[in-house]
Amino acid sequence: MIATESLSKRYPKVTALDRLTMDVGPGVTGLVGSNGAGKSTLIKILLGLAPASEGRAEVLGLDVSTHGGAIRERVGYMPEHDCLPPDVSATEFVVHMARMSGLPPTAARERTADTLRHVGLYEERYRPMGGYSTGMKQRVKLAQALVHDPDLVFLDEPTNGLDPVGRDDMLGLIRRIHADFGISVLVTSHLLGELERTCDHVVVIDGGSLLRSSSTRDFTGATTTLAVEVTDTETHPDGTAALLAALRDRGVTAGSGGVLPGAGHSLLLEEADDETRDLVRDLVVDLGLGLVRMEQGRRHIADVFQADAAGTGQPPHHDPAEPPPAAAAESLRPTAGGGRS
Amino acid sequence: MTVDSTQIHNIGYRKYDGPRLGRSHARRALYSQSLRGAYGLGRSAKSKVLPMLLFAVMCLPAAIMVAVTVTAGLKTLPVDYTRYAVVMQAVIGLYVASQAPQSVSRDLRFKTVPLYFSRPVERVDYVLAKYAAMASALFLLTAVPLLVLYAGALLAELDFADQTAGFGQGMVSVALLSLLFAGIGLVVSAVTPRRGFGIAAVIAVFTITYGAVSTVQAIAFQQGNTEAVGWIGLFSPITLIDGVQTAFLGATSAYPGGAGPSTAGGAVHLLVVLGLIAGCYALLMRRYRKAGL
Repeated sequence: MIATESLSKRYPKVTALDRLTMDVGPGVTGLVGSNGAGKSTLIKILLGLAPASEGRAEVLGLDVSTHGGAIRERVGYMPEHDCLPPDVSATEFVVHMARMSGLPPTAARERTADTLRHVGLYEERYRPMGGYSTGMKQRVKLAQALVHDPDLVFLDEPTNGLDPVGRDDMLGLIRRIHADFGISVLVTSHLLGELERTCDHVVVIDGGSLLRSSSTRDFTGATTTLAVEVTDTETHPDGTAALLAALRDRGVTAGSGGVLPGAGHSLLLEEADDETRDLVRDLVVDLGLGLVRMEQGRRHIADVFQADAAGTGQPPHHDPAEPPPAAAAESLRPTAGGGRS
Repeated sequence: MTVDSTQIHNIGYRKYDGPRLGRSHARRALYSQSLRGAYGLGRSAKSKVLPMLLFAVMCLPAAIMVAVTVTAGLKTLPVDYTRYAVVMQAVIGLYVASQAPQSVSRDLRFKTVPLYFSRPVERVDYVLAKYAAMASALFLLTAVPLLVLYAGALLAELDFADQTAGFGQGMVSVALLSLLFAGIGLVVSAVTPRRGFGIAAVIAVFTITYGAVSTVQAIAFQQGNTEAVGWIGLFSPITLIDGVQTAFLGATSAYPGGAGPSTAGGAVHLLVVLGLIAGCYALLMRRYRKAGL
């Protein structure tokens, strides 16, 4: 979908992109970086709107420096900033934008009605957009990027300014753009936690160069750690301790849940296989405890970056005072939650 | 389980595989949208009031003149075709001031411009479409009254050849005027994203230059310096048009004493008009170089 080769963009005073080489396939790709990492500059170059200082880039197999027009016909762009005139309705606006993409009048109307419905705007689409909530405005911005049925969309910070519910809705919508509509997505964010749930692939840039690029599965693949949580009973006032002791008798080592809030009552079993799970089940029954949860632990992207920052993955010019992965990790905590088994 | 027959089925996402007509289509669509917008069509009822009112005010005197000519059986029209726009310049100025800012500063203010440039539309398409739309809207405003006069003149059975020549000259004159006024109006309004400032600035440019030029012309004429009167006319849009049409389109000048520029002076006037039109276009192109994304 997108390929860049030692792509650089230098302004008189700053270097926005520094020999960035990356390859993005179909699917939902997250582009993560702190403010000023070069995300917007990259999108500008990929749309063929700004020339690169050096290096080359291809979008949908077309060179951005020579085929900008053809690329812009087949991609959609949702800007980060507000871009909606308040005195026209969403329908009129999106129809106009569809025609600016080259759609004939009737097709523009049909596509507009379809697209607005898909992003979740119904009766309100006939009202002037000045009265819309931030969530509705974001939906219109998304609709104008999708109305001409592009092969690829660039979404610049689509969750900006949204409350947690709106954020979840938007992330779900982004997931659907690929899963249901078959449109590949490049979505930027400075919040790693959001992208973890939405993207197939994550690209991290910092200071205009590539920090890391890999699939979300690599980052967050299921680990072999098993988390177990049990209740206390009359006979065993501390159920967790009782289970821990029983497990130790059978030769299985387990650690306590660690530092996470509410983790005091859970046990973590390293390298648990099916036998261990059966054993835990039998022991819980024998002890007469209630089993609250038994789930496979999952890693989070931020853990990987923390490991990277501490280890060898650190790039030479990385600023240790403000590592963006760690900043992003902060936002991850509240959303942490593994799939229950 | 009963099926609710009123249920709307979600038919899922449909791909679009129809035609994509590209840049030229988008440019035409932007042109017609802007032209309609200049008369409030496709916009709120409130925004139709002023342009429609000004259009009616432009046409009304022409209609009255026609009525007088026909009923009183006059031998000529009360006002020349070329003179009409000069007489009605205040209305034309108001129209430019009200519509040029709404055409360009809205896109700048609400940052819609990047959405255009992220599509096949290029900078030159945007500027051309906006310029052409504004000039066409002005041409409608200034040419329709002339058409009314011409129809009236034929109705009153005035000399056909004479009237047709005059009408033709009038058309050329208002076409030049439309291009010039549209360019100046758009350049001034594209400077600021604030519509109110745009309106005030456009009015200021037209009235202050005209006021200053006509005052200085009157002083020069008083002192008997008729040569200077023509050259001073170079410094305001409407006197420029006046100079051009006096020299080449058989108009009687509205300059003090009716002394228009000589043919050489007229050529300079024409060059300045064409230079201004080209300059306005270049300035608009420059303005939008930085406005993308």
